[in-house]
Amino acid sequence: MADQSTGIEQGGIKAFRKGPDLFRVLCWVASAATVATLAWIIVEITHQSWPAIRESGIGFLFGDKWIPNRGIYGVLPFLIGTAVSSLIALLFALPLGLSIAIFLSEDFLPLPIRQAIRFTVEMLAAIPSVVYGLWGIAVVIPLVKTFGSWAVVAFKDIPVLNTLFAPPAYGNSMLTASLVLALMILPTITAISRTALVAVPGTLREGAYALGATRWEAILGVIIPTAAPGIVAATILALGRAMGETMAIAMLIGNSSRLTSSLLAPAGTLAGLLANQFGEAEGMQVSSLMYAALLLVAMTLLVNMAGEFVLRYTQKRTAGIR
Amino acid sequence: MDQQRPETSVVSSANFAPVNTPEPRSDFLKVENFNFYYGKKQALYGINMEIPERQVTAFIGPSGCGKSTLLRNFNRMNELIDGVHHEGEIYLNGRSIYDKAIEVIALRRSIGMVFQKSNPFPKSIYENIVYSLRIAGTNSRSILDETVERSLRGAALWEEVKDRLHDSALGLSGGQMQRLCIARAIANRPEVLLMDEPCSALDPIATAKVEDLIHELKKEFTIVIVTHNMQQATRCSDKTAFFYLGKLIEFDETQKIFTNPSEKQTEDYITGRFG
Repeated sequence: MADQSTGIEQGGIKAFRKGPDLFRVLCWVASAATVATLAWIIVEITHQSWPAIRESGIGFLFGDKWIPNRGIYGVLPFLIGTAVSSLIALLFALPLGLSIAIFLSEDFLPLPIRQAIRFTVEMLAAIPSVVYGLWGIAVVIPLVKTFGSWAVVAFKDIPVLNTLFAPPAYGNSMLTASLVLALMILPTITAISRTALVAVPGTLREGAYALGATRWEAILGVIIPTAAPGIVAATILALGRAMGETMAIAMLIGNSSRLTSSLLAPAGTLAGLLANQFGEAEGMQVSSLMYAALLLVAMTLLVNMAGEFVLRYTQKRTAGIR
Repeated sequence: MDQQRPETSVVSSANFAPVNTPEPRSDFLKVENFNFYYGKKQALYGINMEIPERQVTAFIGPSGCGKSTLLRNFNRMNELIDGVHHEGEIYLNGRSIYDKAIEVIALRRSIGMVFQKSNPFPKSIYENIVYSLRIAGTNSRSILDETVERSLRGAALWEEVKDRLHDSALGLSGGQMQRLCIARAIANRPEVLLMDEPCSALDPIATAKVEDLIHELKKEFTIVIVTHNMQQATRCSDKTAFFYLGKLIEFDETQKIFTNPSEKQTEDYITGRFG
């Protein structure tokens, strides 16, 4: 402020600001409380996980066994489970979400219909996680079981695929959890990508058409590349959400700590691990779960920060084009 | 809705290629009894005009008079708007642009367009220029390189950017961006270059550069320019058309329009009495 101070500011407005300003104080308290809460959460988790950190150190991340009653705590299967389930979910949700976003940002359909579709997709975000879990149990688990029984036979002799789809085919599996997760992050990808696509200036579209581009050439060659940073941000934010997702995953993934390469086998994620075991844990197990929570917070914070960063970069860039 | 690129697009666009006539045509672009409607609102009324080959024709008139609308009909850009329709004909080099056998894609490839606001794609300078070639399937490095140099020289931009062809086009100045858009529009060697107030967002120095450029370009292209700037029309056009309320009021040699107009309305406009 000081470097921009004008005569008015020094005389009138600044003097006015010096008065008793309850509103300003309230804003300060509210913002400080938010930051403090985040710090508090991290400090508390770190504090509680300290015994586990002291005991197993960095080895905690690489241990592939989690056997509480023998005091063995290795979080690697859950780290991998978190990463794999989120990435598979992205693999499904990104093409689908981006297609919907393109569809909604173009005039293939009349505006009222597009708005209805947009509303519906965004409403997917409003469904509680536990309901997704129930729906997954009722619908996706039987589907994956059926598909799995077929896949293990069909892919029996195909390398790579026979590892990914190895028997036995369970319903509660990595694949089930990832599919439901894909549906859950679809609104994030669609909404943010659509915003990025709509923000592409119409002049660029006209420019492409005037050079003889077809609609698809304009979309693929000009509009999507222009919106790319926003689409990347959407993807990263969706990834962040997928990694932290708990309830539906805990209900569907099977919560196994066994490391396996088969998508049809039960697996586990950090969030699922916490939800399942915390209630009955004591002693070192509590501390180890806190350590796992710390890792999860670190992962999601990093991913979300990256997403925010890219999103901000996009806004600057699109502003430059206009 | 989506136009498929015809495999014979080169052939289709060759339909517009000038037959080796030594004399430039005086009716290279010919508008015949042309009416145009946005929904129910009529924007152009019975336009008849002949735009000569390899000359600069300026469209002037107050805002909303239909000059840009007519310009955007030459490459059928208006068809991107919902609910528009037209009556009458427009001929390019003797052939109707509404001919069923002509792909709108091919038409747009033979008519370049420069917009009011420069609209470089967020790509490198090089990729901006070769865009029209790439979508037509040309990927030969030597052809692309040659096109980039020729187009940038044609747009008087080569000397300024030759060392940073692969930098982002968004790093250029406003005037350079607009000349880049001109280079991009002529990369495909169109027959006609449409310019929709190309200098309205430029400072006087950049404007002077673009006007010099228009002088050079008319040796090769037929140019139609919409402008709000009367001095610009006198400086760079051979013929001037004055539009008012969707009608073509007067169309004549620029010299004549600005010194001795036949119509009272034209005189009132150019002397600044309205508009």
